[in-house]
Amino acid sequence: MARYEARIEVTHLPGILDPQGVTVERALPALGYTNVSHVKIGKSIRLEVDATDEGTARAQVEEMCERLLANPVIEAYEIHLAEFAG
Amino acid sequence: MAPRVGVVVFPGTNCELDAAYALEHAGAEAVTLFHADTDLKGVDGVIVPGGFAHGDYLRTGAIARFSPIMASVAEFAAAGGPVVGICNGFQVLCEAGLLPGALQKNAGLKFICRTVDLRVETTTTALTNSLEAGVVLRIPINHFEGNYTCAPETLARLRDEDRIVVRYVDNPNGSVDAIAGVCNEGRNVVGLMPHPERAIESVLGSADGAGMIASIVRAAGAGVVA
Repeated sequence: MARYEARIEVTHLPGILDPQGVTVERALPALGYTNVSHVKIGKSIRLEVDATDEGTARAQVEEMCERLLANPVIEAYEIHLAEFAG
Repeated sequence: MAPRVGVVVFPGTNCELDAAYALEHAGAEAVTLFHADTDLKGVDGVIVPGGFAHGDYLRTGAIARFSPIMASVAEFAAAGGPVVGICNGFQVLCEAGLLPGALQKNAGLKFICRTVDLRVETTTTALTNSLEAGVVLRIPINHFEGNYTCAPETLARLRDEDRIVVRYVDNPNGSVDAIAGVCNEGRNVVGLMPHPERAIESVLGSADGAGMIASIVRAAGAGVVA
């Protein structure tokens, strides 16, 4: 059994509104950053999972994303998995 | 005997008293269904009212759908029982997969609280069986995440199967096809963002929601949707 650390990035699907991203994109030029575009703000979820191997851990985290951590109708997710270093 | 309609209460629900009042006003008996229970107490219909269930943590309705009571509500719905989700309740029913689509943040990025014109598009549902198709009702909305969205093939299906129950006359939040409410295939499960329970007496500014509450009570009493 090994421990894996998963970092999950949840973002809006293309075409779904990202009000925080839009607001920050409007605010940055006020500070002089007039060359910024495509600001996107999502969620970062971190968790640790004990599993026999990386494939099992990844499959489980994927299932968590489908069932709870993301809503596939409006959100996309990306999983970054690494063996836990302590 | 008066039909008994359950009102689901999650931590963070805040429209349960309005819903119960509206039901009693329409001649039903309102029965509180606590989120941690699994017993539906023999009710003939269920309202999932508005609020901020479980603080809307993660996403609106995402945690509420795992409440013990929701498994019983899903079973009741599968057996054809009338279930109506209002506002946050609509979001919960979408997250629970009892209704298609999802509610995203309003276009314009603003919380909207005002009374809008709502057109009844179909009358063969648990929410509209006492109304006439095409009638326009004045009903309040009160939400930040009321912008209905779904996959294009889902939208095509909703249209083909006459499952768009109510539309906004003047789309306030960017909802696809101005959708304010939809129903499931069986037409017994309906969700809508506007609050008919807040518009049941003229002293409240509008009594136009009374027909919707009467429809729920009728569906519960008759044991049929429409």
